Amino acid sequence: MVTLTHYLVLSALVFALGLFAVVSRRNGVAILMGIELMLNAANINLVAFNKYAAPGAIQGQIFALIVITLAACEAAVGLALVLAAYRSLETIYVDEINLMKW
Amino acid sequence: MTQIAWIIPLLPLVAFAAVILWGERLPGRGAYVSIAGIVLAGVAGLAVLVEVLGGARADLTYQWVVLGSRPLVVGFVVDPLSAVMLAMVGVVASLITIYSVGYMHGDPRFPRFFAYLSLFQFSMLFLVLADNFLFIYAAWELVGLCSYLLIGFWFERPAAARAALKAFVTTRVGDFAMMIGILILFLHTGTLAFTGVFKGIEAGQLTGPLLTVAAVLVFGGAVGKSAQVPLHVWLPDAMEGPTPVSALIHAATMVAAGVYLVARTYPLFLLSSGHQALWVVAYIGAITALSAATMGVVEDDIKRVLAYSTLSQLGYMMMGLGVLGYTAGMFHLITHAFFKALLFLGAGSVIHAVATNNMKEMGGLARAMPWTFGTFLVATLALTGIPPFSGFFSKDAVLLAAYAQDKTLWALGTAVAFLTALYMGRLVWYTFAGAYRGGAAAGTEHRGDGAPGGTALGGGHLHESPPVMTVPLVILAVGSALLGFLERPFERFIHFAGVEAPRSSTTVLVLSVLAALAGWAAAGAIYYWRTVSSADLRRWFPWLYTLLVRKYYVDDLYGWVFLKAGGIVVWAAGAFDRYVVDGLVNASGWITGRLGFSLRYLQTGREENYLLLIFLSVVVIVLVRFVR
Repeated sequence: MVTLTHYLVLSALVFALGLFAVVSRRNGVAILMGIELMLNAANINLVAFNKYAAPGAIQGQIFALIVITLAACEAAVGLALVLAAYRSLETIYVDEINLMKW
Repeated sequence: MTQIAWIIPLLPLVAFAAVILWGERLPGRGAYVSIAGIVLAGVAGLAVLVEVLGGARADLTYQWVVLGSRPLVVGFVVDPLSAVMLAMVGVVASLITIYSVGYMHGDPRFPRFFAYLSLFQFSMLFLVLADNFLFIYAAWELVGLCSYLLIGFWFERPAAARAALKAFVTTRVGDFAMMIGILILFLHTGTLAFTGVFKGIEAGQLTGPLLTVAAVLVFGGAVGKSAQVPLHVWLPDAMEGPTPVSALIHAATMVAAGVYLVARTYPLFLLSSGHQALWVVAYIGAITALSAATMGVVEDDIKRVLAYSTLSQLGYMMMGLGVLGYTAGMFHLITHAFFKALLFLGAGSVIHAVATNNMKEMGGLARAMPWTFGTFLVATLALTGIPPFSGFFSKDAVLLAAYAQDKTLWALGTAVAFLTALYMGRLVWYTFAGAYRGGAAAGTEHRGDGAPGGTALGGGHLHESPPVMTVPLVILAVGSALLGFLERPFERFIHFAGVEAPRSSTTVLVLSVLAALAGWAAAGAIYYWRTVSSADLRRWFPWLYTLLVRKYYVDDLYGWVFLKAGGIVVWAAGAFDRYVVDGLVNASGWITGRLGFSLRYLQTGREENYLLLIFLSVVVIVLVRFVR
């Protein structure tokens, strides 16, 4: 029997992985992927709570859909940024993109 | 006029505002405006005097604020005392202002001088009309400020700047005592109006030693302003100011304000148990009169001799008030205002001609300056109390009152009469008799009282002053000569209920005149016929001479106590401020700086670190929520 706890643990693991990717990776694309993971962890939470805590409601599902849309947009913009950075700076390592750093 | 007497002080105030704002563009570079202000005020003052003589009185009061349950009533009073002062200040100040046009001619700050004069006239008339302690204290400080500004008028000269500061600080000591006295009176009677305070004291709201203390503290203000011992040190130095200022402020009006204050608050002194407060007034006055007269004998600066003479005569007035001679003291104030203003203006005329203050570089001026000499002589005879000049009557009245109360004071007063004649005789003989001892060279070397530019001066060649200066001299001389005959009417006009003037005594009268004549004779013997040369006297009494030249070491004592010992305190306070107070402030700044310096390593500029930190913080917050 899959309970709410399972979902939450899964969500926590995915979120932790995403966070780890964001803080530890130097590659801009990898960081974007980490962010996607974290967003999806949130999505898991939303649908799980919708199912177990308020079965009659639909808002959790809809909100998850909105988050997916948002994630798609974010990925598009993020990748565009990474591409632009690569074109002008010839690197996608975020610690080397420090032109505006004091 | 009596009902709108409050308008009188406003006239010079308007003149002040106009001259200080548009000085250079006004007619006569502001001088005419200033003169118009004070002459109008003087005429109004005389009109008030005439009306008051006819029996008019006024007490114009209105409620200013309510402090708790105590309404503060302020206003102006018109009675014989203030009317006489009003007329005197108006007339003397008018003449001196006119004279100043000649004396200050060519000074670069000419308009400013007249603006200050107008401000002073406003303050003085305000002081005279005040019917409560609040107004009189405000006016008191205002005249002090004007005195400061005018003594230091030629502030380019360090001596003038120092003298101005000295005058301001010294009188402030007295003012502080006065403020405490006023607060005691307010605390116990609940009002600041003179009549209210006196009524409260009569009703027994303030009695015994505390009343005496309050009276003496109020007298402290008079001691400062009238330069009585022990706060007399500022007046001789105040002679650094322009001569008209010395005549107006430091001889005729402001310094007499102390005497006026005592007369105005006379019930305070009279009601103190056993007349103790009056006794203090009388002895302070007598000591001042004697010590100042002795110091005047050895002074060479013509204006400083007159300054000591002023001190001495103010002491006389105080003594007169102290020995129940209310009328005598006030009468001496009025006559003194005329002849002392005349003496100063005459001295100014002399300084204008010879360009030095040192009497030893003058001599033989009687022939070169007949008008100055004639008027000066009248004033000198009046000051030394030779009949029938005005000083004789007023001085005699003071001595009579002293004789009736306290023989010691009378003896001191008579001795002062002798000394007065001695130093004034010395001054006249040095200045006007014999041959001219200065020269063009001496004149330019010692510029004396002149403006820094020196353009205002005659530059060492002898000449009579212009009519704008001599005409006021003549008018004042008429006053000095004839005012004495008004003694009887004055007595009927200004008297204090319950204080009767003593009967005339021929012995006192003859002795005082003899003392004055002896003084003249002694001065003549030493400084004119040279039967006994002053050098010999100096050799015979070296210690006395040194004592007098060093001004009884009072200045040195104050120098030691307040400048040296006080300097140590100031230094300690300064060190405390620099090292302890500033140290604490600097320490907090330094600690914050070090803290920031060490914390700045946390700011790496790498978002990964921040993100991790945010996440860990969230974890910590969640954990804390669970634990609780």
